[in-house]
Amino acid sequence: MSSPGSNWSLDIFRAIEARNITLVCTVPDGGLTNLLDLIAADEKIRLVTLSTEEEGIGIATGCWLGGRRAIIAMQSSGVGNCINALGLPLAYRAPCLMLVTMRGQWAEFNPWQVPMGQAAKPALEAMGVRCFPVERPEEVGETFAAAADLAFNSRTSAAVLVSQRIIGAKGFGQK
Amino acid sequence: MTVAPNKIARRAFIAELLRHRGEALIATGLGSATWDCFAAGDSPEFLYSWGGMGLAVPTALGLALAQPDRRVLAITGDGEMMMGLGSLAVVGDQGPKNLAVLVLDNETFGETGRQRGLTAGRVDIAAVAMAVGFSDVMTVTEQGATAALGHFLFARPGPVLAVAKIAITEDPWALPEKDGATLAHRFRTSLGVEKA
Ligand SMILES: Cc1ncc(C[n+]2csc(CCOP(=O)(O)OP(=O)(O)O)c2C)c(N)n1
Repeated sequence: MSSPGSNWSLDIFRAIEARNITLVCTVPDGGLTNLLDLIAADEKIRLVTLSTEEEGIGIATGCWLGGRRAIIAMQSSGVGNCINALGLPLAYRAPCLMLVTMRGQWAEFNPWQVPMGQAAKPALEAMGVRCFPVERPEEVGETFAAAADLAFNSRTSAAVLVSQRIIGAKGFGQK
Repeated sequence: MTVAPNKIARRAFIAELLRHRGEALIATGLGSATWDCFAAGDSPEFLYSWGGMGLAVPTALGLALAQPDRRVLAITGDGEMMMGLGSLAVVGDQGPKNLAVLVLDNETFGETGRQRGLTAGRVDIAAVAMAVGFSDVMTVTEQGATAALGHFLFARPGPVLAVAKIAITEDPWALPEKDGATLAHRFRTSLGVEKA
């Protein structure tokens, strides 16, 4: 669900295309549905479905070592799966760009999402990942673009954290 | 269960196998697999790793997807492979024809003190690979299997996986460069994706 008047998923998609990022690794999240649909329908961008998010860190690092740009898209709970893996791009001084849709913050209904949702940003920062939280739908595209340029041009790790406020809180009975 | 102990001596086996490499890129898992490949004769086309346990196959997969015209071989230990077992399913799903995996299976966590590993019992990594969509798998138990194994890993349409049942051996230290940025730079310049 994206807010009326803004299609932030399309804004990210355009920023991905414009930066020659041609591979997107993911364990899906509800908040990523529109973006993942756009990517699945695009022939130039390869969608790689993961069994766990840390594989995406390895795949994206291997891609860059081979001269191709990749990103990893995940739910905030998936950040926890990535922690040790984040040492890999840091060691190679490879770029690493994560797109994280947040849970466990704005009007969360599921208490099981809260611990990792709250810990995602400090945990990423502890691993040397620059975090870019976004609270407004119209700022998602430019924030993603800035984080991508930082990651790929300065060879560092960066994460865009899309607030649950943008995605919309879910209720019971919703997927 | 009483079985004959594994016979393959890893250092000589890897050195012999890598003679069949051609232009293949080699990505090693942390620890002994890295030492073995370095001991066999260093090359900028070897991507060493000193950490990231469980990420050898994902890294090699990324490389294979970035370099579809180059053969890519991941060489790693059984413990390292078990930590990233799910990544075999990602490889099976993606189906890269240029990717091969070699598991050096000593059935122990050698590096950390030879504790019993998961493959010491009923766990069969080759069977897992077959079940998740690899095009072919192979298990080798003999030192002299390197020519057949080389053909399998470097020429057979992938993704393919081989398990080599290796002995627990005491090998001399052979440690490559450990600065990752230096390793990445020499690897990428050799591929021509970064300026020298
Ligand atoms: C996440 C993580 N857990 C544990 C370790 C410690 N560790 C380093 S090497 C290793 C064993 C690797 O075993 P295997 O891949 O079978 O290789 P071998 O040394 O037996 O050749 C372990 C457990 C680690 N480096 N990272």
